[in-house]
Amino acid sequence: MSTTPHIPATAKIEQEWILDLASKNRRIDGRNPSDYREIKIEAGIIEKASGSARVTLGKTKVLAGIKLELGEPFPDTPNEGVLTVNAEFTPLAHSSFELGPPGENAIELARVVDRNLRESKAIDVERLCIEPGKRVFVAFIDINILDHDGNLIDASTYAALAALLKCRMPEYEDKGGEIVCKESFKPLPMNNYPVPVTFAKIGKTLLVDPCLKEEDVMSTRLTVGIEKAGCVCAMQKGGMGELDVDEIRAAVETAMVKSRELRELIMEAAK
Amino acid sequence: MQKAPERLIDDNGLRLDGRRPEDLRPTELQVGVLENADGSAYIEQGKNKIIVGVYGPREIHPKHMVIPDRAAIRCRYRMAPFSTEERKNPAPSRREIEISKVIRESLEPAVMSEYYPRTVIDIFIEALQCDGGTRCAGIVAASLALADAGISMRELVSACSAGKVAGQIVTDLFDLEDKYGEADMPVALMPNLNKVTLIQMDGKLSREEFEKAFEMALEGCRKLRGLQTEALKRRYQQATTAEQPQQDSEEVK
Repeated sequence: MSTTPHIPATAKIEQEWILDLASKNRRIDGRNPSDYREIKIEAGIIEKASGSARVTLGKTKVLAGIKLELGEPFPDTPNEGVLTVNAEFTPLAHSSFELGPPGENAIELARVVDRNLRESKAIDVERLCIEPGKRVFVAFIDINILDHDGNLIDASTYAALAALLKCRMPEYEDKGGEIVCKESFKPLPMNNYPVPVTFAKIGKTLLVDPCLKEEDVMSTRLTVGIEKAGCVCAMQKGGMGELDVDEIRAAVETAMVKSRELRELIMEAAK
Repeated sequence: MQKAPERLIDDNGLRLDGRRPEDLRPTELQVGVLENADGSAYIEQGKNKIIVGVYGPREIHPKHMVIPDRAAIRCRYRMAPFSTEERKNPAPSRREIEISKVIRESLEPAVMSEYYPRTVIDIFIEALQCDGGTRCAGIVAASLALADAGISMRELVSACSAGKVAGQIVTDLFDLEDKYGEADMPVALMPNLNKVTLIQMDGKLSREEFEKAFEMALEGCRKLRGLQTEALKRRYQQATTAEQPQQDSEEVK
């Protein structure tokens, strides 16, 4: 069951300060409303994973790892490989994260990352098929939050995307009906590079890439995922507030511009 | 297993169920359908059949969940195992957990929770038969059930999806269109305040397509808002009219 969360830990006086700054289009760390924090992307840092990447977005740190394994396709898509995304809010990342199975926030995060990748058809899943209806590659994308300072959706999707760009797929051979993976690898077939841009509505201002304190104050969150051709491929509203019709239109417009810059950055880092 | 339909839109521009692109499914709303719940509502929208019960404001357990200056809202969206083509495992799926969250967040701005500090308002949404767009139908019925429970609200929340099917922008997608179409975008709106309380999207829409779909979803919400008012009126005008049979007026809270 989904329950209204408790009031955040940011002090009232600080919340009012953030609101006041937002009304003047300013932010606590000096950024403009449309500025991202500094982004660092380190791809391929876990050798045993098929693909991996760590994204540092300001003080937020997220590690995405991919394991490619042989498995069965879903019956309704016999010619396609399988993509699964899971997210863990590990307790080391923030004092509010507890042990236990993923809660609704972790599930929402994983599903929004999944939506970006799936709906833009980022992975060419048909080329993950080995034998239709029987054998395909399954891509397990696991997202580990290491340090939580807001905007986990963007950081996690960038990490997943960078990890996919670095992901290596084993070459295989058919030995008398049995599929055997060889020691050699080729890059994972990719079609698209979705980039989400997340906004926080603070007072009447929309800010991109909210830090944790801004998330504590925001009434509403909106994520807009844009694929490489500039189409919207995923959206998700979060938080307990509301949005004006024009705010949504403005967010889509900003996302289309911002996503282009961010995509270049991710592609460059994962080369 | 369902087969992919050959065509989703025919030569006359009609959809598989005979609708034009901007048409909603035939929708029937009923308020006050349960005996025990403080408020309840039922929606049939095409093949969708969803019942919602609301309890509260009532005491919250466990106590540490108390919010001192407002009511907590709890929401569960659940699909019955027999509601779909193939049996759905009764354990809560990740999809149901996410939908419970986004539905709660779509109703939070409407409920005047500050009137009921330290209590909880429980919303139980049971999807008995699912045919696409159940989160929207669930929101429409849930906001009626909240009103039926006598909970103060700023405005009713209406919800409707729009998307792209066989290259066309259409309103209120049903299951096959959702599965085999190109995009689906559920939107919830408080029509008289013109505030959006839910928006999600999956698929692929260009800037122009997004604009069109968004406008069509909002228009669908506005239409449903009319049906919601009628459903509430039906329930309470009937209950307050003198010539109505005795048993009906007893149900009035």
